Amino acid sequence: MTTLFEVSRLSKEFGGLKVSRDISLSMAEGERLALIGPNGAGKTTFVNLVTGRLRPDAGQVRLAGEDVTALGAVQRVRRGLVRTFQVTRLFPDMTPEEHVIMTVLQRHGKATRILARFHGDSAASDEAAEILATLGLTEVARRKVATIAYGQQRLLEIAIALAQRPKVLLLDEPAAGVPSADTPRIEEALARLPASLAVLMIEHDMDLVFRFAKRVVVLAAGELIFEGPPADVARDPLVREAYLGSYAHAGSQA
Amino acid sequence: MANATLQSAAAPRLRPLGRDLIGLALIALAGLSGYWLFPDNLAFLTRVISVALLVLSLDLVVGYCGIASLGQAALYGAGAYAAGIACINGITDPILLILIGAVAGAVTGLFTGAVMLRAHGLPQLVLSIALVQLLHEAANKASWLTGGSDGLSGMAPAPLFGVFEFDLWGRSAYLFGLCLLLVVFAVLSLIVRSPFGMVCRGLKEDPLRISALGIYAFPVLLKMFVISGAVAGTGGALAAIATQVVGLDSVSFELSANALVMLVLGGIGHLYGALIGTVIFMALEHTVAAINPFHWMTLVGAVLIAIVLFAPRGLSGTLDQIAALLTRRGGRAGR
Ligand SMILES: Nc1ncnc2c1ncn2[C@@H]1O[C@H](COP(=O)(O)OP(=O)(O)OP(=O)(O)O)[C@@H](O)[C@H]1O
Ligand SMILES: [Mg+2]
Repeated sequence: MTTLFEVSRLSKEFGGLKVSRDISLSMAEGERLALIGPNGAGKTTFVNLVTGRLRPDAGQVRLAGEDVTALGAVQRVRRGLVRTFQVTRLFPDMTPEEHVIMTVLQRHGKATRILARFHGDSAASDEAAEILATLGLTEVARRKVATIAYGQQRLLEIAIALAQRPKVLLLDEPAAGVPSADTPRIEEALARLPASLAVLMIEHDMDLVFRFAKRVVVLAAGELIFEGPPADVARDPLVREAYLGSYAHAGSQA
Repeated sequence: MANATLQSAAAPRLRPLGRDLIGLALIALAGLSGYWLFPDNLAFLTRVISVALLVLSLDLVVGYCGIASLGQAALYGAGAYAAGIACINGITDPILLILIGAVAGAVTGLFTGAVMLRAHGLPQLVLSIALVQLLHEAANKASWLTGGSDGLSGMAPAPLFGVFEFDLWGRSAYLFGLCLLLVVFAVLSLIVRSPFGMVCRGLKEDPLRISALGIYAFPVLLKMFVISGAVAGTGGALAAIATQVVGLDSVSFELSANALVMLVLGGIGHLYGALIGTVIFMALEHTVAAINPFHWMTLVGAVLIAIVLFAPRGLSGTLDQIAALLTRRGGRAGR
């Protein structure tokens, strides 16, 4: 398959702390990749660099053959490079429906129209309703986000990402903070992501990683130290060493 | 069953429009009762309307976009001076003068927005103060154009529609102002619920989230500054037409700060909060200052402290809470 997304030699320092060191990575269309690593390894920073929220000190990001390193975050999103957040970033006073409609309107180039009613665009409303239904959020679609369960808020993050029709989706710990009873619903949502979409998922739960990804990369202290099938991760001596102490728990689970 | 949930889910969508109409009717009613109850104070009431337009315009920026400003009178003063200067130079049709004020305010909004949006937080606030001070100084220095510290006078606006004269009693000016306010309020009610208005609300909450949706913040906020400028400029032009003088106080830091106080008093992020805040502040000022001109600010200070402590969302926010409680209770009783 052709390479859809390619990161080469990405580096970033925060005042002397090397948070990303020469990270190179590529993904094919439809690929499911998991990115794991101990706390503070630089996973979120990697997503921030790739999506244009942070400027890298060195390195390149290419999407569908185009070098997007010089582009801002908005331009990258519009080209199909979409992320979710480790801690939900939603508007507490808006409803899930409003979040998704706003996203759909953006894709249609109508998000900032002044002479229109927000709820008056039936194409956008229908599409939003469909996406929310896929994720089982219909019941709470018209309640303020502040009043819905955290698990549902995480699902909404995924709904918004889907509404953006991405080519590459970066999921930053989609199940973080969700009570374990609700994780199956998130996993189900992840399993139903469009097949052609390239997905990189950051996740600590190795069971989830095993079921989701065919390939795993491990980041430790800003460096990629492993790349291969999930089954080999736990056996890798470098990975064991990286996790020792800081994340021995995951090692034993895997 | 499915039908029932659909209907109850659809209900909240119809409500805003109905609420808008009720709101407009209430404003019209309050305005007309002011007309009948205080026929000798129409000049003051007209000033309340023109300042209400200023406070509404500030709410768009502060309440809907989360941008703090202590220089909003720059936009108001621009409208007032533009209308005043145009009037002296022979453009006397009041509607045209209002349009001139609105355009002048919008253009000033474009520039202040372009400058202020370069910064965030406290520096942004300081920029807003600097801008209004700059304009104040410019108006002071350009006395050949603005009348300087003596103010601009000698305007003679033509009768509205060629019929209603802007006379000593101020009836035409007041009713004209009330109509303007109703039109502006109706338009703004639609704007804040447009896709654009929703994005502004989002930007106030979390600009990063909006950019992660693929929406540029800058043009949206700049547009809001232009709209805000048009509204403030309308208010300024109304004041110019009604009083037939334009003073330096219309581009002052003091007026800007008072507008912010009125907005906080009424509750930011609600259009009607801006109106409530203006009416209460100016009524207090008017009555208390008449009794004791030295202590009225003390009273306003005390009222403000009480509001911030006991009703941090302003009077309108508190009214909202009460309304929510009542409707919830009503809804429960209905079931
Ligand atoms: N904006 C920043 N400025 C300075 N240091 C930062 C910044 N962002 C992250 N860091 C530091 O960079 C390191 C990597 O942080 P990052 O959030 O990328 O880790 P992570 O792998 O996502 O961790 P976690 O599993 O806890 O989410 C941490 O030591 C963090 O303190
Ligand atoms: Mg992280």
